[in-house]
Amino acid sequence: MAAIEILGLEKTYFIGFWRKRPKRALLPLHLAIEEGEIFGFLGPNGAGKTTTLKMLMGLVFPTAGTARILGREWTDPEVKAQIGFLPEQPYFYDYLTAHELLDYYGQLSGVPARERKHRMEEVLARVGLHDIKGLQLRKFSKGMLQRVGIAQAILHNPKLVFLDEPMSGLDPLGRREVRDLIEQLKREGKTVFFSTHILSDAEALCDRVAIIHRGELRGVGAVEELTSTIQGKVEVIWQGTRVPASMKALGAECHVTGDTVRAVLPETQQDAAIDALRRERIRLIAITPLRTSLETYFVEKLQHSQTSAGKTS
Amino acid sequence: MNTRIACIASNTFREAVRDRVLYNLIAFALLLSGAAILVGLISIEIERLVVINLGLAAVSLFGVVIAIFIGIGLVSKEIEKRTLYTVLSRPVRRWEFIVGKFLGLAGTLAVNAFFMAIGVFAALLYVSHKFTRPDALILLALYFIILEFLIVCSLALLFSSFSSPLLSAVFAFSLFVIGSFADDLRGFAGMARGLTRWLATGAAYLVPNFSAFNVVGAVAHGQPVSAQLVLHNTLYALFYTAMALSAAVLIFERRNLK
Repeated sequence: MAAIEILGLEKTYFIGFWRKRPKRALLPLHLAIEEGEIFGFLGPNGAGKTTTLKMLMGLVFPTAGTARILGREWTDPEVKAQIGFLPEQPYFYDYLTAHELLDYYGQLSGVPARERKHRMEEVLARVGLHDIKGLQLRKFSKGMLQRVGIAQAILHNPKLVFLDEPMSGLDPLGRREVRDLIEQLKREGKTVFFSTHILSDAEALCDRVAIIHRGELRGVGAVEELTSTIQGKVEVIWQGTRVPASMKALGAECHVTGDTVRAVLPETQQDAAIDALRRERIRLIAITPLRTSLETYFVEKLQHSQTSAGKTS
Repeated sequence: MNTRIACIASNTFREAVRDRVLYNLIAFALLLSGAAILVGLISIEIERLVVINLGLAAVSLFGVVIAIFIGIGLVSKEIEKRTLYTVLSRPVRRWEFIVGKFLGLAGTLAVNAFFMAIGVFAALLYVSHKFTRPDALILLALYFIILEFLIVCSLALLFSSFSSPLLSAVFAFSLFVIGSFADDLRGFAGMARGLTRWLATGAAYLVPNFSAFNVVGAVAHGQPVSAQLVLHNTLYALFYTAMALSAAVLIFERRNLK
């Protein structure tokens, strides 16, 4: 069953003093996210990611379209008891401590009193917040607030978690921890829908991704599918810092990094390159077909949409 | 009461307490004790009158100022700071949020008024050395003041649901001032002619009639307050508050939280 079915949701804001000028934030969006998958919603800033999430959370009303979450209408309050949400750059009641905040959210989500204390300690430990009892949130760093944000999103053990830019404000260690946490949520059978513009996070975590730009869906699919296009080139890595002239003659682009050399050359020259390295008695480390990275795919999609927009105008 | 409403109300109360709103009680206590000592020194026989008038006026003024300044930010501040996102993404209906916020602020004002009332009675005891039967009427005046707070809170919340804090403060204060002279406005409407009469009558009945809640003078002079006025003011305050809250809910239910 699809955890989320977005059926033509669209949003147009009317701006200007008389609110007559339409600004399309999201064109009709059709998307289905399966249960138990980690789904990445990618796009540059202002692409429509947050608008989509806000509509699914009932914070912004769509101009048209509908959605179903966990098999129910997305406006059904019962659905909200089963979802967790981390907004972009979250801000919380800064006069509360993390425990008070989680207790408040736990009550609003209907977590029974006897379970709340246990759940609060568990999620705070999961996001790596220790020894913070009695400390008001106004004294928290940005990274700590982000961790509290993730804790409140998973406090009530939701089936579906929406995370808007979850790595924002985190240091490299924190990002790694959040990645692990997202993978752990998947192992627990939860569905994770997260928006990001950090492609390496999406590539490392997501089963499938969708790319959105200027409010329009530009591509959707499994990360492997999107990045499986072989470019007709191979990457050859060998030990040492020497670049034989025969490799250059094959048309290889060579880069020396530390004590290895990385060369990219046409796939047709692969055997000749191996022979050349053997002749020079150079130790070969790896040969891999060069695939499109998610970043390349993303940039191509964005450039394509910009070209199309240019032609239309 | 609905658990979620109670939860939002208690958090609103906690916010007011932690933002040191109840510190106004210190200013109130200083004002009242200063006044009590002063009138005890300079006047004969009118101490009671001065303490009741000053005390109840201060309870009303302090409360209205708090109601407006907290009320105008109840919704707009939550939108601006985006604290609302993690509340409304839970099984909380928008009307529950509005009602919870209202009850939290009303509760804060009731607790504030309770402590101020203790101050008024203490000052009265200091200047009169004993309580008399008419002093019980002070409780009635306090009840009317609390009803007044309910209306001001609901209006501040209504403005907060669609307007900026600054404009909300201007609207709420204007309505409070006009409402305090609602009787005069009705008198003017009775004397006017033509379109002016219609406009003045409409305005007189639309603005909250706070003048009907002001029985401080009568109470200070020990004059009785009719049961009919108590009933009328109670029903009027509840009706007006319910209308203002319903309007706030209607507006907020349709609002996009950008």
